[in-house]
Amino acid sequence: MAEKISNKSVLFNPFSKNNPVIVQVLGICSVLAVTVSLEPAIVMGMSVIAVLAFANVIISLIRNTIPTNIRIIVQLVVVAGLVVIVDQLLKAYTYDVSKQLSVFISLIITNCILMGRLEAFAMANKPWPSFLDGIGNGVGYALILIIVAFFRELLGSGTLLGFQVVPQWCYDHGYVNNGLMILPPMALIVVGCIIWVHRSFNKDLQDE
Amino acid sequence: MENLNLFIRSIFVDNMIFAYFLGMCSFVAVSKNVKTALGLGVAVTFMLVITLPINYLLNTYVLQAGALSWLGPEYASVDLSFLSLILFIAVIASMTQLVEMAVEKYSPALYGSLGIFLPLIAVNCAILGGSLFMQQRGFSSIMTAVSAGAGWGIGWLLAIVAIAAIRERLATYSNIPKPLRGIGITFILTALMGIAFMSFLGIKI
Repeated sequence: MAEKISNKSVLFNPFSKNNPVIVQVLGICSVLAVTVSLEPAIVMGMSVIAVLAFANVIISLIRNTIPTNIRIIVQLVVVAGLVVIVDQLLKAYTYDVSKQLSVFISLIITNCILMGRLEAFAMANKPWPSFLDGIGNGVGYALILIIVAFFRELLGSGTLLGFQVVPQWCYDHGYVNNGLMILPPMALIVVGCIIWVHRSFNKDLQDE
Repeated sequence: MENLNLFIRSIFVDNMIFAYFLGMCSFVAVSKNVKTALGLGVAVTFMLVITLPINYLLNTYVLQAGALSWLGPEYASVDLSFLSLILFIAVIASMTQLVEMAVEKYSPALYGSLGIFLPLIAVNCAILGGSLFMQQRGFSSIMTAVSAGAGWGIGWLLAIVAIAAIRERLATYSNIPKPLRGIGITFILTALMGIAFMSFLGIKI
């Protein structure tokens, strides 16, 4: 990341070409756990965007004063502080969703996207590009989260955001919700398929 | 007996990878060959066994609502649980540093092959996740914390070694569609193993 890159590509690259989840393979843990239905996925995505953008800015502001030996601890503390704020906000305003997300909001701290972006980008760049990088990667992450949640909720419970989408007459004619989609392993298969599709369009990302 | 039950359950039913998907990042990145996978698995197990009891003590005697009452009655109403994240992660980060120094000293070969993944253990979700689950479920004694930590660690070790072994063989014995090679197939494999592990559900001793 040493060469000069335009702010625009910093913001938009992580959406697809350099997506944090399916290309950089960061932050998978939460993708799989919170995507049973759409609502927690959206909340989680927004939380990550907020934390990532602000953590990037803060670290980038103080990047010249952090001693390299203890930078990991400094980064963790900054991130942890932000996550605690998000966690308390969610508990105050959307208690149900925060219950559903349980420990996964707290686990944003150890979400590799954060450490990865802080290390790779914020430590070496000015605050404004770092902010854009945080937003970009956060959105890239949220995109995958929402796609996975969309398929899992639609196929698993026939609803979207809690509203019934699959009409009743389908059930009358023998359509059954795919209960397997609600189980955790299916999230992995959906992500696997997303990677498959994504890489067939981006040939330069393929292995070997 | 209860602890043994918890230990077994933590390995198979509550498996960190197949049930909660914690620690997936290093799981996907390091599972290319069995040897490194084993090293990382051992390191994670070790970290879980160390940090869980420490965090349990912290939680019981410092953080919980009313936990500070041993300081005097006037502290009985203090609730510091909002600090738990920061303290837990600080414990984990400093223990990781310690383990890193020990590994570097006693097993340079392992240190060389684990490379950057040792510091990454600090941000391995499985370890912080273990501490948070401990807090959420309100473990009753320190032995419970130790056995759960050992169980989760060994479960993680099993999972990563198994996947690494499969991936080693995939390279020679299979013809995977090109776009699916690498991480794509790893995800699907993990899913299939996760489904297999679900058959352990409801196991009791």
